[in-house]
Amino acid sequence: MEQSPDKNILVTADGIPLKTSLARAQRRSKFVAFMMVFPLLFFIMIGFIVPIVDMLFLSIDNSIVNRILPNTVESLKNWDPYANELPDEAVYASMVDDIKKAKKAREHTKIGTRLNYESSGFASLFRKAGRKVQKIDKPPYKEALIKTDKRWADIYTWQVIKQNSSDLTDGYYLAAFDFTRKFTNGKVEPLPEKDSIYIKLFFRTLLLSTLITFLTFVIGFPVSYMLANVPTRISNILIIFVLLPFWTSLLVRTTSWIALLQQEGVINDFLILIGIISEDGRLAMIHNATGTVIAMTHILLPFMILPLFSVMKTIPKSYLRAAISLGAHPWVAFWRIYFPNTGPGIGAGSILVFILAIGYYITPALVGGSSGTFISNRIAYHISNSLNWGLGSSIGVILLVIVLFLFILYDRIIGIKNMKLG
Amino acid sequence: MSRLPSYLSLPERIWHYMFWIICFLVLFFLVFPLLVITPLSFNAVPFFTFTKEMLAFEPEGYSLVWYKEFFTSLNWQGAVKNSIIIAFFATIISTFLGTLAALGLSREHMPFRTLIMSLLISPMIVPLIISAAGMFFFYSRIGLQGTHLGVILAHAVLGTPFVVITVTATLTGFDNNLIRASQSLGASPTKTFFKVVVPLITPGVISGALFAFVTSFDEVVVVLFVGSYKQRTIPWQMFSGIREQISPTILAAATLLILITISLLTTLELLRRRTERLRGVSPS
Repeated sequence: MEQSPDKNILVTADGIPLKTSLARAQRRSKFVAFMMVFPLLFFIMIGFIVPIVDMLFLSIDNSIVNRILPNTVESLKNWDPYANELPDEAVYASMVDDIKKAKKAREHTKIGTRLNYESSGFASLFRKAGRKVQKIDKPPYKEALIKTDKRWADIYTWQVIKQNSSDLTDGYYLAAFDFTRKFTNGKVEPLPEKDSIYIKLFFRTLLLSTLITFLTFVIGFPVSYMLANVPTRISNILIIFVLLPFWTSLLVRTTSWIALLQQEGVINDFLILIGIISEDGRLAMIHNATGTVIAMTHILLPFMILPLFSVMKTIPKSYLRAAISLGAHPWVAFWRIYFPNTGPGIGAGSILVFILAIGYYITPALVGGSSGTFISNRIAYHISNSLNWGLGSSIGVILLVIVLFLFILYDRIIGIKNMKLG
Repeated sequence: MSRLPSYLSLPERIWHYMFWIICFLVLFFLVFPLLVITPLSFNAVPFFTFTKEMLAFEPEGYSLVWYKEFFTSLNWQGAVKNSIIIAFFATIISTFLGTLAALGLSREHMPFRTLIMSLLISPMIVPLIISAAGMFFFYSRIGLQGTHLGVILAHAVLGTPFVVITVTATLTGFDNNLIRASQSLGASPTKTFFKVVVPLITPGVISGALFAFVTSFDEVVVVLFVGSYKQRTIPWQMFSGIREQISPTILAAATLLILITISLLTTLELLRRRTERLRGVSPS
């Protein structure tokens, strides 16, 4: 609508230009909408986003050395760790001072624990120093400290401290990729084969997840096809077979698989009963990768079937009939007409199953033994057993990056809005 | 199973039956573990396996001892109590916040809708082990680790995406003219909300709440890390039970959980039919 500047402007009853009034109403409406979303947004921010970001910082945080040994870090600034020379008296003096203060604050064991992740022996070194340092009250501090433990005369000890004296570190990420920064020359090198576990574990997680995704696809496809092509009356009943396990507690399903697969379990007993294996030949199907794959394929199968089913339901049956009536062999018609149409369902199901699989913790922990555990079990191990939270966080962040990447892929292919809850 | 057309060739017939056999084997694979666990929970001996007496259907082979154990042992009773308390409060928080947010997100003039939506459902996408790790580090620093409040908040976070998604889905089919009609007939916004909007979204809210409840009730990874023995839930107790001493009490608990699942599933199905009926679509 075209308006001349002055008198022809549309106004509301109270004389405000319509445009202004509309903008005001929309602003109010926007504000109301936002205020309704705000409580949840705030809740998710504090309860979820902040912890995740906090974990991100935890994976690069290294402030503990600088915090507990501030004077030492300061005096070490002028010391060249690769010159093959022990630090001078001033450094030892500040170390003695720092340990005394740390002992008072009961923090000298913390620094020992932290540096012990870098190189074993530091925990005992600092515990010992904490006990004996009170007696050192006059110079020369160097000799006195070395007398408490001769490791203080080892350049290596100081190289470790020096390398960890900055507030941020990439050390946890290096460790998560099986690399290490040599204390003796500061170069980044891969760990020897026998010590490298994380790359292998990441690789195994991806490999087993791919296998599980493939198996759910192969097993799930025919069932989805059947469900989508029988009359609704029948499919409504048969889909209960898919929904029941989908809704059953994960632990219940894992427990069932333990009962079924273990050496004294139902399947082994059955196979002996019908004479396929002997009493001594009981199959080891659990506490190894086989157990993880079987149980997780079962647990994740509904996540493949449900999206496949919902896509297949939208493919008109007349497509296949048309192709066949035009002379295509049923197999050709299926392969060239029907199958390509199921693409979005295959994409959705596969990415969903894969994302869920690579982050799985409970099932691998219970049925995985040592050859069937995933990278997530390592995160749990660092949280509750080794207490190396930095390393646990860095593995978590790497896993998160992989999942987010896959999720963006999922969003591109299917769109986040089409997420169905079955 | 439809009758086969008479013009099919023999290989086609064979393939047709093969296909059905494959499908039934897969469906069998899906429910078999759930079918096995129930009779095993009536085992008279403390093993996860069928005894000779059980296979011969002799009454001595069966017993309710594990159910008795479940209902009397302090560990399990504490777990039941904690599960209900935690799931109840977590559901209330996620249902209230989630419904409010879904109503806001469905309004015409919601700014940054996509960004906010993806933030709100992110707890569903991030693997549980990562959420659990992040929450563990953060909650232990602010003193919420090992408290009921901590676990309730963590479970509320995990439950909200389900409420947001189900309520938003209910609102997509919502006819905004109903609101205009109500207001033009003189109803106040409050009255419109309670008399028009609420009855229409209730099925969505209830199924969202059920999803949130089940999420909390089944969840084990977060409760393992954010909680401790005092916050043990049924899944927590099952997890530590499997790791420490395997006893068929776990199977009894599992059977009871399957029963709960079946009743929840039935409720959800009934709700879905109600929504469709209200929308004027006949239930398929």
